[in-house]
Amino acid sequence: MNALPILILAAGTFAFRLAGPLLSDRLKLSARVQQLMSLSAIALLTALVATAALTSNGGFVGWARPAGVAVGAALALLRLPFVGVVVAAAATTAVLRLLGIG
Amino acid sequence: MGKVDRALIRDVAAIAAAAGVIGISFGAIAVAAGLSVWIASLMSLLVFAGGSQFMFVGIVAGGGSPVAAVFAGLLLNARHLPFGLVVSDVLGRSWPMRLLGTHLMVDESVAFALAQQDPARRRAAYWLCGGALFVAWNVGVLVGALAGQSFGNPDALGLDAAFPAGMLALLLPSLMARSDEKAAGEGGAEAAAEAKRKAALARRVALVGALIALVTTPLLPAGVPVLLALLALAVALR
Repeated sequence: MNALPILILAAGTFAFRLAGPLLSDRLKLSARVQQLMSLSAIALLTALVATAALTSNGGFVGWARPAGVAVGAALALLRLPFVGVVVAAAATTAVLRLLGIG
Repeated sequence: MGKVDRALIRDVAAIAAAAGVIGISFGAIAVAAGLSVWIASLMSLLVFAGGSQFMFVGIVAGGGSPVAAVFAGLLLNARHLPFGLVVSDVLGRSWPMRLLGTHLMVDESVAFALAQQDPARRRAAYWLCGGALFVAWNVGVLVGALAGQSFGNPDALGLDAAFPAGMLALLLPSLMARSDEKAAGEGGAEAAAEAKRKAALARRVALVGALIALVTTPLLPAGVPVLLALLALAVALR
């Protein structure tokens, strides 16, 4: 395949990335709007977490992955270090899959 | 590079290691789908957004048109626009640095920045995470593309759970008021109550956003449900 579609995807993605910094240069955002922007990032990232934890190709992903994420979330709530959270989540999911749980 | 502490480096190293392994699997999948090694690497260097890259290759491998693949990838990456409004302060003043920092804008670097309170730490976290992920991802993709599909399935390692869990851990400081002495010391009960109120609002927005995305995921093309989560801001506008 030639590089053209990839270059278009790259250019479009970069434009999305650049639009935010350019816009916030032009408009001096009030504290209220800045707080809404932070909330919008939280909404997007949480939505990303929820869909990545529970779904795959538009359907339920099976139990192994959400179980691992849940273990990670519990450890994060207990203020375990980040590395422990990530490793425990992956290990839980890997062990469940090893046991044949999807 | 300002305030880079050991804990931050360790956290970033963990997420970068996972990204490297997923990069290996992307490289292998891309080559198996008929992309050349250099095209797979070019894509990783220039697009640098894993989700959209997997989607692009998946659509092309499934016989879809490149136009559809580009469109789906762009839809998935549209979330970077609001991200950019949030992290524009960490990119610095000089244009070369800003353009470079713009390219390092990924879910993880935004989440790492968001998890920091202090501006200097915010900046350090963003650049360290973005830079480490860029290197790990691109090296991983090249290795995977060169080695082909001999690496097996990263799902067996549970890495697909590592990413949502790590992102969630990064979001927690925004969702939970620090009910500890630090907040009280900074401005007494008033500041603590304000922090609590902010965190409660963030929790409501996050919960509604997640629900919107989950409910619409079976119905809409990938990327759109996450964008629809922005409707949760209505909770904050009342």
